[in-house]
Amino acid sequence: MPDFVYTVTEITTYIKGLIQEDLLLQDVWVAGEVSNVRRSPAGHYYFTLKDAGATLSCVMWRSLAAYQTTLPENGQAIEARGAFSVYEPRGEYQLTVREVRPAGIGRLYQAFAALKARLTAEGLFAEERKRPLPARPRRLGLVTSPTGAAVRDILRVLRHRYPLVDVILAPTLVQGEEAPAQIVAAIAALNAWHEPIDAIIVARGGGSLEELWAFNDERVARAIAASRIPVISGVGHETDFTIADFAADYRAPTPTGAATAAVPDVRQLRAQIAGWKEELSAWMQGQLAQRRAALKNERRALWRASPAGRIARARQQVDDLARRAVSALQHRLALWRERVAARRAQLSGLSPLAVLERGYALVQRADTGSIVRRAAQVRPGDAIRVRVAEGGFGAVVAADGSTSPSDLSD
Amino acid sequence: MGLEEMDFETAFAELEATVRKLEAGDLSLEESLTLFERGMALAQVCESLLDQADLRVRQLVATPDGGYQAEPFSESNLGISADAPDA
Repeated sequence: MPDFVYTVTEITTYIKGLIQEDLLLQDVWVAGEVSNVRRSPAGHYYFTLKDAGATLSCVMWRSLAAYQTTLPENGQAIEARGAFSVYEPRGEYQLTVREVRPAGIGRLYQAFAALKARLTAEGLFAEERKRPLPARPRRLGLVTSPTGAAVRDILRVLRHRYPLVDVILAPTLVQGEEAPAQIVAAIAALNAWHEPIDAIIVARGGGSLEELWAFNDERVARAIAASRIPVISGVGHETDFTIADFAADYRAPTPTGAATAAVPDVRQLRAQIAGWKEELSAWMQGQLAQRRAALKNERRALWRASPAGRIARARQQVDDLARRAVSALQHRLALWRERVAARRAQLSGLSPLAVLERGYALVQRADTGSIVRRAAQVRPGDAIRVRVAEGGFGAVVAADGSTSPSDLSD
Repeated sequence: MGLEEMDFETAFAELEATVRKLEAGDLSLEESLTLFERGMALAQVCESLLDQADLRVRQLVATPDGGYQAEPFSESNLGISADAPDA
């Protein structure tokens, strides 16, 4: 579209888009010499970076300037990190800087990155190499300067959190040429110490990259990895990562953090112990209640099995049998009673009384009660008793007492 | 191990094990009582060790024979350097 005409604004917006979409231009380090530094009343920094061949406009907003350890000064060789942007009203592009460091640091970073990559490839930082820290160490080794803020912070934290621990300080330089060899020797001395040591803290307070450099030394990293005793690193500030940190079993952000990670908090331990005491008591009470209930059951079972129980049950059986015997007897009696009644009915047909009903009388001697069957059984004057169907009466035998049985057949 | 010569870690670890054992159950009443009493005594030991604890700090010093010996570390020097920059 060679004939298409853009407005200035349109083409500037297009250029701006190109720059903002370029990944390199949005996060890049640029080295140069600072000139024309101007601080605006609002606190923003405006300056120019230049080298032999070109110049570059730079701005650093106040909010970011506050975080810098190095601020741009005229004539200073620096490295600035930032993103490119376009200021449309003036048709200018500029570097919006968010980080500034002295020149040369870049080479340190490159060395750091190269060493890190090499040791990573070697497996020195592998997660599976990391050993767990003891939950409640008896003795801690401490590799740091005996006069720094780090040792003071660490001891303060240990005293506060876990004063039970025994501390052995292996003093060492923590910066300068001599430092790496001394740190290595200190770690070795603690590993060789005759009393068992549960963990080693390697620490240093915050400082510049150069000041922390001893902890980026390969010898230090290897000594930490080779330590028989687990190592906790606490070097610099939260944002500082050193090779020592990667080699350590546990990386704490600061010396204080390292001490905190190394020991438990007595307040938590006290709470834990109190909890266990309660648990033990509750458990014991539960046990006793359970045993009491079991005892009650056993007592019941015992009663069932005991002679007293058997006797009680036997007594009941006897009662039962007795009841059954009585009822059987009564049944039998009733039966007999019925039979007797039946016999009586039968008998009544044969009864002499029935004969008397027909008009006969029964004569008995009054003196002996014997029945008079023959006239010869009585003499005149003998008292007799005559029984008829309805009652009876007494009589005396007359003088001519002979009475033939034929008379009676009448 | 007798309760008197126990250090904190030993007492704490045994206390923890005792609680676990009781929780696991399946113990006679005698065993339970014994464990319970042991647990309470261990808790007592732990608490009194915590009460008495005082951080001990020693410093390794090189000896002429190439070894090290431990000497008490004086923290009073640190007070003086307390305001000094980190080193």
